[in-house]
Amino acid sequence: MLTIEDLHVNIGDKEVLKGINLQINDGETFILFGPNGSGKTSLLMSLMGFAGYEVTKGRILFKGRDITDAPMYERARLGIGMSFQRPPTIHGLRTRHLVRMCSRRGAVNPDLLAETVNMTEFLDRDINDGFSGGEIKRSELLQLMAQQPDLVLFDEPESGVDMENMQLVGRVARDVLDGNFDLSPDLSSDMSLKERKARTKTAGLIITHTGYILDYVNADRGQVLYQGHLCCEGRPRDILDHIRQHGYQECVRCMN
Amino acid sequence: MSKVDLKDFKFDGVRQEAISDLHELSSEDQDQLLMAGVVTDLSTRSASFLQMDQSSVHCQSRDENVEIMDIKDAMKKYDGLKEYMWTLIDPDKDEFTKSAHDNLHGGYFIRVKAGAKIKDPIQSCLMLKSEQVGQNVHNVIIIEEGAEAHIITGCSVAHGTKSGAHLGISEFFVNKNASLTFTMVHNWSDSVAVRPRSAGVVEEGGKFLSNYVLLKPVKDLQMYPSIELNGPDSVARFNSVVVATEGSLLDMGNRVVMNAPDTRCEIIARTISSGGTIINRGHIAAHHVPSKGHLECQGLILGGGRIWAIPELDGTVEGVELSHEASVGKIAQEEIEYLMARGLDEDEATSTIVRGFLNTDIMGLPERLKNEIDKQIEELQASDAM
Repeated sequence: MLTIEDLHVNIGDKEVLKGINLQINDGETFILFGPNGSGKTSLLMSLMGFAGYEVTKGRILFKGRDITDAPMYERARLGIGMSFQRPPTIHGLRTRHLVRMCSRRGAVNPDLLAETVNMTEFLDRDINDGFSGGEIKRSELLQLMAQQPDLVLFDEPESGVDMENMQLVGRVARDVLDGNFDLSPDLSSDMSLKERKARTKTAGLIITHTGYILDYVNADRGQVLYQGHLCCEGRPRDILDHIRQHGYQECVRCMN
Repeated sequence: MSKVDLKDFKFDGVRQEAISDLHELSSEDQDQLLMAGVVTDLSTRSASFLQMDQSSVHCQSRDENVEIMDIKDAMKKYDGLKEYMWTLIDPDKDEFTKSAHDNLHGGYFIRVKAGAKIKDPIQSCLMLKSEQVGQNVHNVIIIEEGAEAHIITGCSVAHGTKSGAHLGISEFFVNKNASLTFTMVHNWSDSVAVRPRSAGVVEEGGKFLSNYVLLKPVKDLQMYPSIELNGPDSVARFNSVVVATEGSLLDMGNRVVMNAPDTRCEIIARTISSGGTIINRGHIAAHHVPSKGHLECQGLILGGGRIWAIPELDGTVEGVELSHEASVGKIAQEEIEYLMARGLDEDEATSTIVRGFLNTDIMGLPERLKNEIDKQIEELQASDAM
């Protein structure tokens, strides 16, 4: 699904990613750990193609295609979807309208989708206008459900979310990764989750500090990003336990 | 500010014949009216008035609680309308008020009777049909105690008419517990000079809600409607959506003066310059407490032009709560990227954001007018003007 080869990225004069190599396979969910400022968000932004994240070396392959220089909308149309941490308010743009625009694979029913994330009353409000942390997360998921990406980039799904909302966010994030919102006719509803997952092959790249999201999604692999380098690959649970006990000091040792 | 020379226009002898049905207008003129929110099928309007050049040519009320007539007829009927006319605006204010005072051509008188809640909007239209015509009109709107109404007033040139001068005096009287929504849509052309002079008073518990839409070129427009909140618990709200294309000069704003306790007001103007000049004024004065006012002048410069925002707040007693937000800028890159991450290309993202900026949902317009405005916004975006 996604292959990153020796990726170096600058913001201005500062190198924030220093040779990232990473492969995420079809249907796989990869967890990214790391202290603040280690480059995790920069990696997601670079994959999505934000202006200001300059690739100085290396390349990004998505579904076998080199997208290193592709404009953002092309990446989105190819199947990369991103949940924003702090999305902007767009005055006069109703959530309902944006949800419809997210869907390029055909018509979606915003009302039905909104019900599943408890966002019905937000459909006719301006997108992100006065939304709380949990509401932003649910709104981002709502858009991803409509977008049905093949690779989901999720920056800290638990930030700003209370415990009650965390359950909802976690469940829906899992459903998005499981392809449960793929409305294509060939996916009949009596198919088992496993079959669906095999068919839809949605992959995920999730940043987490707390690891709460691991209670909900079935994460296969994880790695720590530290000062622009990837290190310490392992099972996400093991990495999390290790960080809880030893902090990120281990990573420093490991890298040196 | 450029000067409008009244000598360039014909202020005498440009009459038009009365018509019994708006369908008698040419289809092109009907379209022009529609662009200003005025419909020819009156089944969705409770009353209708049309002034063409220097004559009122059509006037009809379908609701016994709405009195509507040519201002000159109203002056005859109501002893010169002395209690109302020129009580809020000084005829010696400037050469335009003087012109309207000394050589009145017409205008409308609308009275909504006490307690009547008028469901369908009342429409009025002031149209320039002939070339170089100068139009002096005076409008008086009275909403009696406890009454409610929505007036849609469209100002337009006829199809093919290029130049003219429209001088319009409007005086609004919103009585105790009455409510007036006043929606004005301007559909001028690039050689028309426009000088409305408007003022209103709102009594205890009354509401004045103003909507203003200008998406078409105009040569030179200057207006600064002013509302006095004279009774406790009264409210004024202005919402404007304005685009200045190349060659347009707009000096516009809204003023609210809060002369009583428990008054509230909000002035929101969203403006786009795509080559034209906009002076976006706003003024809230509060002389009693509690009083609360908020002023917003939001401007986007897209493809040249100038926007000069001048928000003013004037509180003269302790305890007033006045605030303003003004901006002159461009579309935020962050917003464009947000939409691009959802698969919209840069042009689609930009036009989506501009459509949102010019969104008129808050105005509560009839669906047909809203669709017409949305259509005009789309046409603007499709053209090179923006």
